[in-house]
Amino acid sequence: MSRALLKVENLSVDFGPVSNPIRVLNDVSFSVGRGQAVGLVGESGSGKSITSLSILRLVPEPPGHIAAGRVEFDGCDLLKLPRNKMPEIRGRDIAMIFQEPMSSLNPVMAIGDQIGEAIKLHRALDSSRRRERVIELLKLVGMPDPVSRLGSYPHQFSGGMRQRVMIAMALACDPKLLIADEPTTALDVTIQAQVLELMKKIRSEVNSSILLISHDLGVIADICDRVVVMYAGRVVEDGDVKSIFRTPKHPYTQGLLQAVPRLADDRERLYQIAGSVPAAGSIKQGCPFFARCSLRQNRCQEQMPPMFQFGSEHSAACWVTAEEEVS
Amino acid sequence: MTALPSTRLTSAPDSRTLFVIKTVFLGNPVTMVAALVIFIFICVAILAPLIAPYDPLAQSYLTINIYPSAEHWLGTDQFGRDVLSRLIYGSRNSLIFGITAPFLAAIIGTTLGVTAGYFGGLVDRLVTRLIDLLLAFPELLLAIIIMAALGGGFWNIIVVLTIAFVPGFARVARASTLAVKQEPYVEAAISVGVRTPTIIIRHIVPNIAAPIVVLMTLWVASAIRLEAALSFLGIGTRPPHPSWGNIIRDGLNNIFGSPWPIIGAGLAITVVVLSFNLIGDAVRDVLDPEGGE
Amino acid sequence: MIRMIGIRLFDTIPTVLLVLTLVFVALRLLPGDPALVALGDYATPEQLNLFREQMGLNAPLWLQYITFTWNMITLDFGRSLISNVPVVDILARNLPYTIELTVVATGMGLLAGIPLGVMAAVYRNKAPDNGVRAFSLVGYAIPDFYLGAVLLIVFALNLGWFPISGGGHDFASRMHHIFLPAVTLAMVKSAFIGRLTRTSLLEVLGRDYVRTARAKGAREGRVIFRHGLRNALLPVTTGLGLSLLATLSGSVAIELVFNRPGIGSVLINAIAERDYPVIQAGVVVFAFFVVLINLLIDLAYIAIDPRIRVK
Repeated sequence: MSRALLKVENLSVDFGPVSNPIRVLNDVSFSVGRGQAVGLVGESGSGKSITSLSILRLVPEPPGHIAAGRVEFDGCDLLKLPRNKMPEIRGRDIAMIFQEPMSSLNPVMAIGDQIGEAIKLHRALDSSRRRERVIELLKLVGMPDPVSRLGSYPHQFSGGMRQRVMIAMALACDPKLLIADEPTTALDVTIQAQVLELMKKIRSEVNSSILLISHDLGVIADICDRVVVMYAGRVVEDGDVKSIFRTPKHPYTQGLLQAVPRLADDRERLYQIAGSVPAAGSIKQGCPFFARCSLRQNRCQEQMPPMFQFGSEHSAACWVTAEEEVS
Repeated sequence: MTALPSTRLTSAPDSRTLFVIKTVFLGNPVTMVAALVIFIFICVAILAPLIAPYDPLAQSYLTINIYPSAEHWLGTDQFGRDVLSRLIYGSRNSLIFGITAPFLAAIIGTTLGVTAGYFGGLVDRLVTRLIDLLLAFPELLLAIIIMAALGGGFWNIIVVLTIAFVPGFARVARASTLAVKQEPYVEAAISVGVRTPTIIIRHIVPNIAAPIVVLMTLWVASAIRLEAALSFLGIGTRPPHPSWGNIIRDGLNNIFGSPWPIIGAGLAITVVVLSFNLIGDAVRDVLDPEGGE
Repeated sequence: MIRMIGIRLFDTIPTVLLVLTLVFVALRLLPGDPALVALGDYATPEQLNLFREQMGLNAPLWLQYITFTWNMITLDFGRSLISNVPVVDILARNLPYTIELTVVATGMGLLAGIPLGVMAAVYRNKAPDNGVRAFSLVGYAIPDFYLGAVLLIVFALNLGWFPISGGGHDFASRMHHIFLPAVTLAMVKSAFIGRLTRTSLLEVLGRDYVRTARAKGAREGRVIFRHGLRNALLPVTTGLGLSLLATLSGSVAIELVFNRPGIGSVLINAIAERDYPVIQAGVVVFAFFVVLINLLIDLAYIAIDPRIRVK
């Protein structure tokens, strides 16, 4: 694998007052290779969205605050970049699709203008060439009759169509990295499948790398090469899709996989992980999964496990499974 | 119409009322200063005959247009009347209208609003249309229009100020009533056959009291301003009785003589209205946190 | 869109009738005999009766109502009791001054208020925001006629930079005359508009589509003005209408302070002189303004917000 396109190293993010901050992201590290699609999974509240917003430095400040770490993109640390340089990166090199298509589009701007704006901000095209590009993008995302929809406003579209507009907007400048934050969560199930198909198509037709954030392992398995599992603001497992789905090493990942319903399921009840995600910042010491873990031991409560390697492309933060592996 | 809603609005100080008072007045230094200003203002108004150094109506050719001095702290006007004494007596005027008008308007407006909201139908449609129409007029313009028909004087001012504030209360009361009427306990009460007046008095009115009280405190300031404006225009408090508004009017007619009546009366209005606004905002923040701005 | 406008226009007809009815009720049915008000307490019964006859006050009420409504709609306001000039002429002479003042003051208020609000929102809870808050608190409290009187004393009387009365004739002198009155009203207005813009912009800047704009690579200036402000101005448009009306009613007192011609001073003088037809006409004109401005606000809303336009 060539040098990674995106390398997040030891990223920590705090929320709340400077005097008494709550750490919502703790020491998060992972990378996205060129042309790769990486999935970021975790329950809500695990810090997935904050991670993605931190990459673009879109975490609202205050109350948020990036406390430590590096976000290396194409060899340059984005967190060190002067603030006024970020707009040049956003939309051009890294583009983002958000979870809420209903509210993520400007209600008083025609969608043609909104997509056009994404082009205008980074490319010097005259207005007719820009219009062509917008139409081309709308065709790419499967918008029926794109020419006549240029002047339409967001409220005239369904959720799925709005998400297509969002995707077209994100692809406007052929970004090197496309971050999709739960792109299908807010949609109806049938529409979800369509948008997912679209994501797959983009995966094969556009050569952007993708960071796909989802709580749905099925979606990730469908699209991604690698998976990063997050829990309570930390990365707990990281590896290629195959090994994670076949031999998950972290008890949390194991639990997540067991909880996925399957077609050939003969279980009476779906498995569920007992307990719930701890409140952000409430775990001061030890493994954050301790309270819900079936394999827990005393040392787990005292010391946060480091990421143990399980093969060249697979690592997980668990004392117990790491020891089993060694013995 | 009865005074029933009002007795509910100003129910005896229970723990919640005490909490509100504490939070409002001891909340921060700015509101404490505002509260102090209002306290002084009320004392001055009540004790005017004791405090005022001169008779506010006493004219004298010997003391025309005197600038501020040891005898006349704020000077005298073109009729030789002591400006400070006129300001002190003028505060009575502001206090009376400032309290009476929002209070009366609250009673009438709440009655209208609750009736419209609770019974719905034709009554509601009529009241709503009327409220919308009246609300389209700025209070001052509405007051000017009615004053043009009625002429000045104490009772007419009360009537006009009250009419100017009624639609606001009615709208809030109607909206709150509609909301409360949907509550399960009201529906339950209706379904077991509790009589309508009982439901209104026991369930509706107590539950819509908070926004009404907020509005009342906010409009004390408006009433004081409005009375001052009307008196300034010569359609409010009739001379020679002093009102902060007509002191400025007299001052303007004597602008080459002495600017002091204008400056004094204007500052008095500004400071008192500002203080009432601050207190009103504080009450709103405590009682009705979601209704902010 | 055209249909929307049509519906809205049609809706003003009953409103106008309702307003006229209310004015009629206010002028005829409220306590206070118009004849007595017009002629004063010392008028003889014969004089009073003659006046009633002339003004058509002895006719049955329903007939009075129809005559009144018809006259008002056809702008037949009668003649002034004092000068015997047709009231329409008086109004036509004074109306431009009032409109001029209201428009200039509102324009100035917007020009000052919107940037103030944007500044307060962008530097939330910092010095500029606190400054704007203090300014708006004082602006809410200070009576416009007092502010006007102070400006008059300082800049016209003592410094002599501006005239102390009148409305001016040619363009230059009109602008010279209008400056202080307009600044007075605009200062009070900008406090209101500034506060409104701040609240509204802060709310909008927290919306998802603003984050989308940032994610696209839009710079802060573009985010605030292109994406934020346009959406934030929707509530400001309503506020603007209110503020236009408040400026209109404020102009009454301001015309008095600066001794300016205008509908407000016409009305106030008519009240003082008990010039009944002029009072009636003045009241109706003000009421028409209210209806008209509310109509304009709704039309502006249709133009700005595509969601309303298409519905």
